Amino acid sequence: MKNFFSTHGKTLALASVVLVLVVLLGYVALRAGPLAPVPITVEAVQVKQIQPALFGIGTVEARVVHKIGPTVAGRIKRVDVQTGDTVKAGQVLGEMDAVDLDDKIAAQEATINRAQASVLAVEAQTQEVSARRAFAEQQYKRYALLLVSRSVSEEGASIKRQEFDIAQASWAAVQANLDASRQELVRARADRDGLLRQRANLRFVSPISGIVSRRDADPGTTAVAGQTVVEVIEHGSLWVSVRFDQQRAQGLAAQLPAHIVLRSRASEPLTGRVVRLEPHADAVTEEILAKVELALRPGAMPPIGELAEVTVSLPALQAGPVVPNASVQRVDGRLGVWLLDNEALRFVPIQTGATDLNGQVQILKGLTGGEQVVVYSHKALGANSRVTVVQQLPGAKP
Amino acid sequence: MISLAGRDILHAWGKFVFTGIGLGLLIGVTLTMAGVYRGMVDDANVLLDNSGADLWVVQKDTQGPYAEASSLSDDSYRSILAMPGVARVANVTYLTMQVSAAGDGKAHDVRAMVVGVTPDGAGHPGQPGYLVQGRRLTRSHYEAVADVAAGFALGERIRIRRNIYTVVGLTRRMVSSGGDPMVFIPIKDAQEAQFLKDNDAILAQRARTAQSPALNRPGVPGLLDAVIASQSSNTSVNAVLVQIAPGASPDAVAEPIRRWKHLSVFTRAQMQSILIEKLIATAAKQIAMFLVILAIVSAAIVAFIIYTLTMGKIREIAVLKLIGTTNRTIAAMIMQQAVALGLIGFVVGKVAATFWAPVFPKYVLLESADALRGLAAVVVICILASVVAIRAALKVDPAEAIGG
Repeated sequence: MKNFFSTHGKTLALASVVLVLVVLLGYVALRAGPLAPVPITVEAVQVKQIQPALFGIGTVEARVVHKIGPTVAGRIKRVDVQTGDTVKAGQVLGEMDAVDLDDKIAAQEATINRAQASVLAVEAQTQEVSARRAFAEQQYKRYALLLVSRSVSEEGASIKRQEFDIAQASWAAVQANLDASRQELVRARADRDGLLRQRANLRFVSPISGIVSRRDADPGTTAVAGQTVVEVIEHGSLWVSVRFDQQRAQGLAAQLPAHIVLRSRASEPLTGRVVRLEPHADAVTEEILAKVELALRPGAMPPIGELAEVTVSLPALQAGPVVPNASVQRVDGRLGVWLLDNEALRFVPIQTGATDLNGQVQILKGLTGGEQVVVYSHKALGANSRVTVVQQLPGAKP
Repeated sequence: MISLAGRDILHAWGKFVFTGIGLGLLIGVTLTMAGVYRGMVDDANVLLDNSGADLWVVQKDTQGPYAEASSLSDDSYRSILAMPGVARVANVTYLTMQVSAAGDGKAHDVRAMVVGVTPDGAGHPGQPGYLVQGRRLTRSHYEAVADVAAGFALGERIRIRRNIYTVVGLTRRMVSSGGDPMVFIPIKDAQEAQFLKDNDAILAQRARTAQSPALNRPGVPGLLDAVIASQSSNTSVNAVLVQIAPGASPDAVAEPIRRWKHLSVFTRAQMQSILIEKLIATAAKQIAMFLVILAIVSAAIVAFIIYTLTMGKIREIAVLKLIGTTNRTIAAMIMQQAVALGLIGFVVGKVAATFWAPVFPKYVLLESADALRGLAAVVVICILASVVAIRAALKVDPAEAIGG
């Protein structure tokens, strides 16, 4: 008995070791080598509606920005507002240094006064000339009557006529003088008004009621014509200037609803609406530009320039065959999907349509619905690949 | 007929099996080292396969985008698309960097190759091929498809530069030539990631620009803003991947692009030679050298083990000779044992290598051809070693059986 064990036991032990090795080798050859089947997952092609959406990013911008600054070069005298201040329409926000403009206005005031005095003097002269003319006319008429009765000489009457003509001319001259003096006064006043306007133009006046969004220069700074000193934007007039990739902007139109996530408030998405598509697209970055209105709570204004993610929902499409975009592959230059028919793989070329943001692709041609399509695969597939269908691929985490 | 070899093995089967296992582990190490070498070469090849490109268009006189830095304008693709024989083109950027999980708590960052691709271009060059989970990119910003080797899970948020991306899909065997896992992100983000400095650097750059009297002229309001805006945008990509029309020859399509677009173009064969003969050449040769030494050492050890095992039985062989066993039978016994030992060793080695290969951090490719070559080498070495042992055994004097 002992002998039996010592011989057969050893044989059994050796045989079992060899058997274990052979089984392991077989397992290794079939599971890890080129003969191993490729794990795949399959999914039935569904016929359903998808709702495409477009995704873009943009920055918060003010609809209207008033950049207020000098129209001529000069030095800033005062800036009365700070960034964030609320201002009213017509409010003076600051002023440029007038240099000699006030002196010029004073000089002009003196000129006006002088012109007024000159008008008064000419008026007085007019009265005097008028009196002299009236007397000369009287004399002339009297002498004319006396000449008829031959009471005065012809010469005497002529002298009176000449005196009257001279008075008449003096009157015309003094009238013209009066007119000139009055015009001079008008000119001096107009000059003064012009200077006053220029003076007013040195003030920075807000054209709207809003808030000061920038204050770019302080008193004492020299500013050139056209430089912004204070920027004012209207309250609540913000929108998002969004950029959509041109390839992925099909169906973008005004009035579509949008979800907006501001970078600083990722947990509170806002709603909005596409206001307009810009007529000009960006040719360099290949993006379409659109403006999206923000529905903001009062007092919750985001900073201008903040980054926002915008998702625009498009209307749902008609129901059709739909596959996950992970299943779409290109084989030998043709776009298609692998179908699993009776345990065998078959590549079917397809034509894809719209895609939603969850990766569902509408199939326009090639599938009808119900086919078993390969979604995930452990390796690249070929028509002769051995496959095994699994629920989840190795490496995928639930 | 009684098998002498079999009986001898049975006689000391434990010793035999354990020697075989020891030998096997050594063979396993050699096979693994071959696998490490093959894995390196395979990493370089899958990089080319996964890009799905027939031609790589890169900056003139560079060997980009994998072996050298290359930068070309992102609108170059338009003129390339118009060239004869070109079917599809795609801009692509590659940037190897540390990618960290943005989740709270565990800080874990991975060295990864960040690839910028056009979103949702299934089947377009540069796109990840087969996924193992999730979906492809659909948004043009802030989504990522990562390789499982990076260790990120679906839905995890990862940080690349200052932006946070959500992992929406997982791939397998999408690696750089150095074996780093790839992370695919939309190209516009990738262009930014490649160029964008950290906020401190941007701030310092702005200050530097503002101090330059040429760029910040008091009489030209808006000049400084324009200069700063132009400093912080990037319209470059690293390569344009081209798929050629069916039936077109890669060389025939490449030549006009080289000549008329003044760009460097590589076909797949050229790119493969750049990667394998230039990029990973030294590292691969290092491993190959080690493999050769390991193979020689393994062969020597196998030979010594067979020889010592035979020499350990020299007394029994003397007895066999004494009872008149023919030399042929003794030689057959020794050779059969040696080959059996070699086979057990090979099986143990192959199984061990297969089981521990996936644990390696980088890819280990165990090729069946390598295994067959290894098997042949083991058998040949065992036979050669047994020949030496047989010569020694046959020289033994039968008297030793009695004398000792």
